[in-house]
Amino acid sequence: MIANLTREDRGAALLITSIGMAIGLLMVAVGIGGQFAVHGLVVIGFCAGLFFLVARNLNAPEPGSERLASYYDDPTRVGVLLSLGWGVIGMAMGVWVAALLAWPDLRFDAAWSSFGRLRPIHTSGVIFGFGGNALIATSFHIMQRTSRARMPGQIAPWFVLLGFNLFCLIAASGYLLGITQSKEYAEPEWYADIWLVVVWVAYFSLYIRTLARRNEPHIYVANWYYLAFILVMAVLHIVNNLAVPVSFAGTKSYSAFAGVQDAMTQWWYGHNAVAFFLTSGFLGMLYYFLPKRAERPIYSYRLSILSFWGITFFYIWVGSHHLLYTALPLWVQTLGVTFSIMLLVPSWASAGNALMTLNGAWHKVRDDATLRFMLVAVIFYGLSTFEGSFMSLRPVNSLSHYTDWTIGHVHSGAMGWVAMISFGSIYALTPLLWGRETMYSWKAVEWHFWLALSGTVIYVFAMWNSGLTQGIMWRTYAEGGTLRYTFIESVVAMHGYYIARAFGGLLFVIGAMIALWNVVMTIRRVPAQVTERDHPTRSEALEPAVPVMPAE
Amino acid sequence: MALSFGIILAAGVGGFVEIAPLFNIDETVEKAPDMRLYTPLEQAGRDIYIREGCYACHSQMIRSLRDEVERYGPYSLAAESKYDHPMLWGSKRTGPDLARQGGKYSDDWQARHLINPRALVPESVMPQYAFLAKTPLDSASMPARLAALRKVGVPYSDAQIENAAIDTAAQADPDSVAAADVFARYGDKTNVRAFDGTADQVTEMDALVAYLQILGQLTTLPSQTQPLPK
Repeated sequence: MIANLTREDRGAALLITSIGMAIGLLMVAVGIGGQFAVHGLVVIGFCAGLFFLVARNLNAPEPGSERLASYYDDPTRVGVLLSLGWGVIGMAMGVWVAALLAWPDLRFDAAWSSFGRLRPIHTSGVIFGFGGNALIATSFHIMQRTSRARMPGQIAPWFVLLGFNLFCLIAASGYLLGITQSKEYAEPEWYADIWLVVVWVAYFSLYIRTLARRNEPHIYVANWYYLAFILVMAVLHIVNNLAVPVSFAGTKSYSAFAGVQDAMTQWWYGHNAVAFFLTSGFLGMLYYFLPKRAERPIYSYRLSILSFWGITFFYIWVGSHHLLYTALPLWVQTLGVTFSIMLLVPSWASAGNALMTLNGAWHKVRDDATLRFMLVAVIFYGLSTFEGSFMSLRPVNSLSHYTDWTIGHVHSGAMGWVAMISFGSIYALTPLLWGRETMYSWKAVEWHFWLALSGTVIYVFAMWNSGLTQGIMWRTYAEGGTLRYTFIESVVAMHGYYIARAFGGLLFVIGAMIALWNVVMTIRRVPAQVTERDHPTRSEALEPAVPVMPAE
Repeated sequence: MALSFGIILAAGVGGFVEIAPLFNIDETVEKAPDMRLYTPLEQAGRDIYIREGCYACHSQMIRSLRDEVERYGPYSLAAESKYDHPMLWGSKRTGPDLARQGGKYSDDWQARHLINPRALVPESVMPQYAFLAKTPLDSASMPARLAALRKVGVPYSDAQIENAAIDTAAQADPDSVAAADVFARYGDKTNVRAFDGTADQVTEMDALVAYLQILGQLTTLPSQTQPLPK
């Protein structure tokens, strides 16, 4: 991997990691004795590890200029492995916190092991660690292939990928220490947030520079979705995390917004993290890997563009449906509900477009578990976007809000849609990335598929039941006109469902472990195969045999 | 690049239309003349509530629905969280809503419940927070914290910021000389008590219980404006 870096690249890597170590040292110096210093040590450790990795191979032979006639896939490979690694950690953490709700004493006698501190490790671990790495890795692959151009440099992609993982590491370790803003899905504190902005600017610049080098007149729609993901997440992240630190030598900060304005900003961010992180980016993945794997063109390219603008415009309005019947002004609530209903149109247009693309390839869906992952992802996408619009209706929301129904809804999207499309894409991508004929074990892919599907179904059904039960118990009246149930009675009623939920999650994480094992075995055991038609080109022909060097 | 601008523009409209007016329309947040600020001890407790991620299971937002009002009390008004940076309205009730928790139970009940919830409520699934009673509170950082809060718009006075560390200790020690100053700076109705049961040392338990006991008590506006349910 380091052998593929030029001497210049290696020098740059040493410089950047040295700067990182210096920043870490500064954090330790100013925050001595406190948690800020602990995070300084994390930064030093992370950068020092990379520094020595590069320094050890500093004098390895340099790559020849023939590398420029191929795509740069090393960061994609590492990204796929990091994604699966974070996936296993994040999902296992999910099973643990799920188990804590059924058996609350299943923990250590220490502050770090409480539900409140572990739960964000689960959410950040799967959303940012698993999902984020999958998005970055696949975007590196797709932007090069669909532009038929190599990335402009070799340092920027590493900076983006590893910088993002440093953010994830700081976030996760911070939660254990109690470092959190308690803003849902935006828990990391101010310094981690600033670092993510730096990484994100590099990501956007890399994406734009790669597209600028394209040997293809049109920018393929998958790139539009990835660009929306990068751009809008940047806006959401910056605005929602505006805060004043208590000290520049400490971790704590206070949000710039308070009360109702903060609530609206938070759910504008929160719901659009779902929209632009967990939907837009993964639709980019879908629009590339589904047609590729099915070997069918997209049913309607025009529809994919239309639904792109629909999703980009409508989604941003819907955050206020998280705040129905609250102290948020009614007009904002109503706008949120209205757009939530309209959002169903572009959402189902995307889902329908993907399903119609599979027409003529249904026999492949039957035989190929990888394609089946993608099909199930589309179905869950359709179901959960419908459920989302439904739950935003005021009478439904009055019942579902604050209950496990929301958790069920989120997981039908997260497990059924996001994880399934990621697994499908990773299985499609892995043999190609490492130049292997197939995955190591197709049986393992089948096992994973059925474990993931049954785990999701068990999870979602358990949460639907518990959510409805809670919601109904909270509003049931006895004959005398008083509330029928105490709150704790509704907690007791959840016990069985919480056990079922933890079991469903367990099946799902076992599937993810199988995926990680299968990918590692594919790299180690499956013989290499030269892929002749996977290189940058400037020819008008679809896939010419002769690779073309990019203009430098 | 044109595509990038198009995306920003298309995605920008909704957020702007929904968020910007909330800062400018006067009716968004009700006028509550009797609204008081969190004392340093209560704010320290709030910071512990944030640190432990309590919002993951407890909401602080009673919706305007009959069953919620009957279960928890008058529905929440925007004014009540106008000094909450960040707001802790929450999104999930694994445990009950806490918006009107203040005064519902005794200090002793709250402290013992935090030490071991299942000792008081056998079916509870809440984690134990026994370490809070043994952890001394970091009151030295309170002046800096209040100063940061003033920067984001909470109207703490110079005297409140300067004396934040002393006030933190004094509010948990009713027999101390400085306790009188807490009343003077934060109002006669301030709770000045040994929240964790002992006055010898200010612990994180003191702070968290002080915070829980003030939830819903910062202003009387909700009970003034809403008729009591039948």
